[in-house]
Amino acid sequence: MAQSQVQKTLSVPEIGASLAFVGTALLCLFIASGSVDPAYSFHIYIFAAASVAAIFAIGNRYFARPAVIPQEIDGKPNYNMAPVQFAVAAAVFWGIAGFTVGLIIACQLAWPALNFDLPWINFGRLRPLHTSAVIFAFGGNVLFATSFYVVQKTCRARLAGELAPWFVILGYNLFIVIAGTGYLLGITQGKEYAEPEWYADLFLTVVWVVYLLVFLATLWKRKEPHIFVANWFYLAFIVTIAVLHLGNNAAIPVSIYSPKSYIVWSGVQDAMFQWWYGHNAVGFFLTAGFLAIMYYFVPKRAERPIYSYRLSIVHFWALIFLYIWAGPHHLHYTALPDWAQTLGMTFSVMLWMPSWGGMINGLMTLSGAWDKLRTDPVLRMMVVSLAFYGMSTFEGPLMSIKAVNSLSHYTDWTIGHVHSGALGWVAYISFGAIYCLVPWLWNKKQLYSNRLVEWHFWVSTLGIVFYISAMWVAGIMQGLMWRAYTALGFLEYSFIETVDAMHPYYVIRALGGALFVIGSLIMAYNLIMTVRTGEAAEPEATPALVPAE
Amino acid sequence: MSTYTTLASFAQTVGLLYFVGMFLAIAVYAFWPRNKSRFDEAAQIPLREE
Repeated sequence: MAQSQVQKTLSVPEIGASLAFVGTALLCLFIASGSVDPAYSFHIYIFAAASVAAIFAIGNRYFARPAVIPQEIDGKPNYNMAPVQFAVAAAVFWGIAGFTVGLIIACQLAWPALNFDLPWINFGRLRPLHTSAVIFAFGGNVLFATSFYVVQKTCRARLAGELAPWFVILGYNLFIVIAGTGYLLGITQGKEYAEPEWYADLFLTVVWVVYLLVFLATLWKRKEPHIFVANWFYLAFIVTIAVLHLGNNAAIPVSIYSPKSYIVWSGVQDAMFQWWYGHNAVGFFLTAGFLAIMYYFVPKRAERPIYSYRLSIVHFWALIFLYIWAGPHHLHYTALPDWAQTLGMTFSVMLWMPSWGGMINGLMTLSGAWDKLRTDPVLRMMVVSLAFYGMSTFEGPLMSIKAVNSLSHYTDWTIGHVHSGALGWVAYISFGAIYCLVPWLWNKKQLYSNRLVEWHFWVSTLGIVFYISAMWVAGIMQGLMWRAYTALGFLEYSFIETVDAMHPYYVIRALGGALFVIGSLIMAYNLIMTVRTGEAAEPEATPALVPAE
Repeated sequence: MSTYTTLASFAQTVGLLYFVGMFLAIAVYAFWPRNKSRFDEAAQIPLREE
């Protein structure tokens, strides 16, 4: 072909990115020279090293790549799946890491001696490490992998940009490393789910804007006239997270030589910003993004179109319109004005409708194909995830009602609720998507073992049931003990008595967590064996994939 | 009137009408009989890719 005769030259993005990385490396060295905080210097040196590594990677890639990377080969889109493969592998790695840290802190709550009196591994530092690792590292990589996969497939177009998708995925994982090591070393701005400090936040902003541009540019060059509904959900997730991130991290650093910053909001406005952010992290990161997975992977796996495409449009807009207002329910009975609390509660209750509309849309996709649940454990995992989604989105509105919240808030009921959503819905739909993606991406006929998927499914389902039932009982008991009065009007229990009463439930919770970790290890083994020993799918699928760079 | 009251009353009336109106327009668009075939076609996108 004529393309092979084209002289290979450095592209504009390659030159531009290299120069930007040279600049970043120099800036990092300048900052490191003035920093007095060892943990901060450590992070700045990581940034400098990553910039240098990026320049080498761009160079290496230049020598390995063809002069022109075709958008299509033989009339078929030349999909760019190497970044997706990386994100899938990263998701499995971070998933196991995040679940394990969760297990460790569950054990620390049951047996506090496991703190070992070391500052780096005490509960206060490990807890954000756990939440960030499971939400942002595991969940985030699943969202990158599936969004880059789905947007290419449903647009029938190669991912926009060559370096940009890699910058998004590698940059995001670098952010995770910076955030996680920061927590262990004591760097945090103390906002839930937004703990990383200003410099990590700035870097994430750059990564996220590039992510948005890659996604939009891929939509722009689509060959399919209609934008499939999953892409709408992904787009809402990307745009809203950008807005939330900027709003809740409007902080002014003490100096460029210090990791410390101060937020521009103060008092109750700051609290409201935090929970507007916090609840929409649930709504748009853990819900909209994973609903996009549902809208693509459930029909694909069931080999049936979505139950109602029209419902999916109404579902999308109803969810978007309502979710953004639900945040104030985290601040019931606080200094937040009463009307704002009521508004948060009302919107949370209304949110029940789109949530269940979406769940029904996913579940009914299987109508006429329910028998597949018996033979396909991957599909079963996704269907159970929808059942958990329905359950936790029923429980959430219930808990947002002020009267219920007065019992449930600050207790372990909240922890149980979060985990029925996080383990049952987010993790299960992710596992389902990963089990689908690995054979597709590595061109294998099927998974190494369906039996192992069955084992994963049952072991972790048992783990979730242990976890959430223990937390329900513990939480409601805790709430009731806190509000119990004696006949003379004194509090009946001291705080430590409530802690003591919860010990058995904490042990059961740790057992549930251990089962969930075991399940994820079974999955990792199954996936590794699929990639290493699986039988290749039909050879004609091969040219569609570009070799991993 | 203070700026706060002005902004709040604007949000509570115009904002309400704007969002409800927009949502109704979307619902009509989604359930308009003539659009049915287009959406049925769109639902097939994941199933007919190469």
